[in-house]
Amino acid sequence: MRRRQVREKLFHWSGIAAVVIALTLVGIFFGTILKTGLPAFWQSTFVMDVHFDPEVVQIGPKPEPMPGESPAAYQQRFNQWQLDLGFVDFGQIIHKSIVKQLPEAAEHPDETLALVTSGELFALRDRVVADPGIIGQTVRLKLLADANVDVWLKGNIDRDLPDTQQQLSPLVRAWADQLQASGVIQNKFSTAIFMNPDSRSSLASAGLAGAFMGSLFMMIIVILLAMPIGVAAAIYLEEFAPKNRLTDLIEVNINNLAAVPSIVFGLLGAVVFIMWFNLPMSSSLVGGLVLTLMTLPTVIIATRAALKAVPPSIREAALGVGASKMQAITHHVLPLARPGILTAMIIGVAQALGETGPLLLIGMSAFVASIPATPFDQSTALPVQIYLWESNELRNFFEGRGSAAIIVLLGMMLALNAVAIWLRKRFETRW
Amino acid sequence: MKFRIPVLAAALLFVGVTTPAIARDNIQIAGSSTVLPFSSIVAENFGKTFPQFKAPVVGSGGTGGGMRQFCQGVGANTIDIANASRPMRPDELKACQEKGVKGILEVKFGYDGIVFAARSDGGRFALEPQHIFLAGAKEVPQGGKMVANPYTRWSQIDRLLPNQEIVLVIPGSNHGTREVYEEKAVIPGCMSLPEVKAMEKADKKKAESFCKAIRTDGRVVEVAGDYTETLARLDAQRTALGVFGLSFYDQNRDRLRIASINGVEGSDENILSGKYPVSRPLFFYIKDAHVGVIPGLLEYGQYFLSQQVSGKGSPLEKAGLIPLSTAERAKAIADLKARKSL
Repeated sequence: MRRRQVREKLFHWSGIAAVVIALTLVGIFFGTILKTGLPAFWQSTFVMDVHFDPEVVQIGPKPEPMPGESPAAYQQRFNQWQLDLGFVDFGQIIHKSIVKQLPEAAEHPDETLALVTSGELFALRDRVVADPGIIGQTVRLKLLADANVDVWLKGNIDRDLPDTQQQLSPLVRAWADQLQASGVIQNKFSTAIFMNPDSRSSLASAGLAGAFMGSLFMMIIVILLAMPIGVAAAIYLEEFAPKNRLTDLIEVNINNLAAVPSIVFGLLGAVVFIMWFNLPMSSSLVGGLVLTLMTLPTVIIATRAALKAVPPSIREAALGVGASKMQAITHHVLPLARPGILTAMIIGVAQALGETGPLLLIGMSAFVASIPATPFDQSTALPVQIYLWESNELRNFFEGRGSAAIIVLLGMMLALNAVAIWLRKRFETRW
Repeated sequence: MKFRIPVLAAALLFVGVTTPAIARDNIQIAGSSTVLPFSSIVAENFGKTFPQFKAPVVGSGGTGGGMRQFCQGVGANTIDIANASRPMRPDELKACQEKGVKGILEVKFGYDGIVFAARSDGGRFALEPQHIFLAGAKEVPQGGKMVANPYTRWSQIDRLLPNQEIVLVIPGSNHGTREVYEEKAVIPGCMSLPEVKAMEKADKKKAESFCKAIRTDGRVVEVAGDYTETLARLDAQRTALGVFGLSFYDQNRDRLRIASINGVEGSDENILSGKYPVSRPLFFYIKDAHVGVIPGLLEYGQYFLSQQVSGKGSPLEKAGLIPLSTAERAKAIADLKARKSL
């Protein structure tokens, strides 16, 4: 008798221990991600007056469409104007602005430019393209500091290391500290991470917008394709299909497909969609199709479970009062199974959203420097972007960025799951 | 049968999007992970500088992987440019031509060194090629016979090396870096042994494959992924020695310390002057059949080769590339302009 009680206690306590271990691990996971990721949303930023010196920005007036000119000809003139503007030395403008804050930098243009991330040169050009009237004016601007400056100021590199092991020269490091002390460099919440596509030439301006759009297109494709196909297949198998060897075989196959490693779908996608159908490589269209294939079995199985959960008495009652089989399903069974189907769909989409493996095989791990405008454009996806950032050479900077991207992805997952729970609660019916 | 309608619509949508062969309007690049950072920087700035061209898309996959994709054929669903950290091999050229990829423009754009680096808190290494061979070989000559590699610590190979466990992390065979590592470090080190020299006289091929054989007792780790994976190995194992590109080391100075080879540090000057033995030229290959079809292809090549992009003081030099000399650059530009094919 005592032994039995001891065993009972032991069982009880081992259960509690398991829960505690699981919770600690999750806690450590979230703790480290938040600790490295959250600071990455704030970036070292120059806040200073920038004078668009007409001596430096020597450029003709912005071309306007002339009467009788074809749009193509105008576009060509406009492109040429923009190209000419690209050869303007915007570095000199930034150098002069910094010298105003830091007079000793006057003799060292190269070191001064090492403070500001190179993408800001293009940002200044884009300002002039948008409004040529800015030439000759002085504007207060926010310019992102170079990634290595950000790393230095945040202390993400050991500040006691000797010069040979530092990324920045002693002069640049001293200036960065000086400018931070005088308030020119501030740690500001950065919109770059949300608004920009990925970047490799200007690391500090690398953002998630391209990957986010890619993921969005893929999710839309998954919902548009997997929802109707999956639900229709489930209804047929559950309500109409005769019980015979063929349907048994199909059922076994669907269950097996759900267990196939996702990377296999990537191989399939690379061969079928890219080689046979000639769809564009690394496009979110191909990614969406591959993820659709991957989520279909999950959706079918979960939808069938939802349909099965509707009591047969409801079908029989509907049939009993003279409804056709189709009416019984569309008017009674489907509405009752709706919460289950929606949950199935959202779980499928959440799974697809976090998937990386198959996307690597269809070339979606490429570096894409622009935000995709259509599903036909090449793009990456959020989880792939995390992979890319975590494997970037500049570890000190991208460890933080990668964790920040994980936070964004986890946030989206949580939101999707919250929607699933809310839908279930809302449509839940008891019988 | 109401539920059939969405199925039908989906099927139609599917057929609708698959039938037209979609023409691409941006350049697609794949290949060497050593070239990837350089190529990405150029691609991004190219897209920003020229308003009429879209930014090229740059994938990775190693030199070998890039060549395989490049040689799949001609058409919008094949890549336009393959990045490589070694020249194209004759068998790859043959495979390309068999698939109809006839015109191939080879562009050399700079140099990179291969460095042996330990963790900055690990031992200091002054290596010679022979040490590298003896540390990683499957069999080594001893007393006139070939025996299974007996060395477990560096100090057993040479008393001047640190007394620490031998763990060598090298790139997998999909990387061009591996080939350069073998050609410039392992084989010279191996051939400097008298026993191997004798073997070379008898049968050159046999001697080479003897030199390239790596030990399989876990002391040599092959990494198929990027250098970050090699770095992660070093993070986990303090005594490991890793093989990296010089440009990667440049971005991680705070964590790594490089070994000298034959007493020469792997610095930019030493590589350019040829003093540092383990360096290699970097290339990209343009599919000539796609020039004029994919907009901006030749322009990308010319932009890449321009002094402001890959010369002294350029963004690529800051990212760790060792630029071409003026004469080499002029020749590369002239060859590209003339579309001189392999």
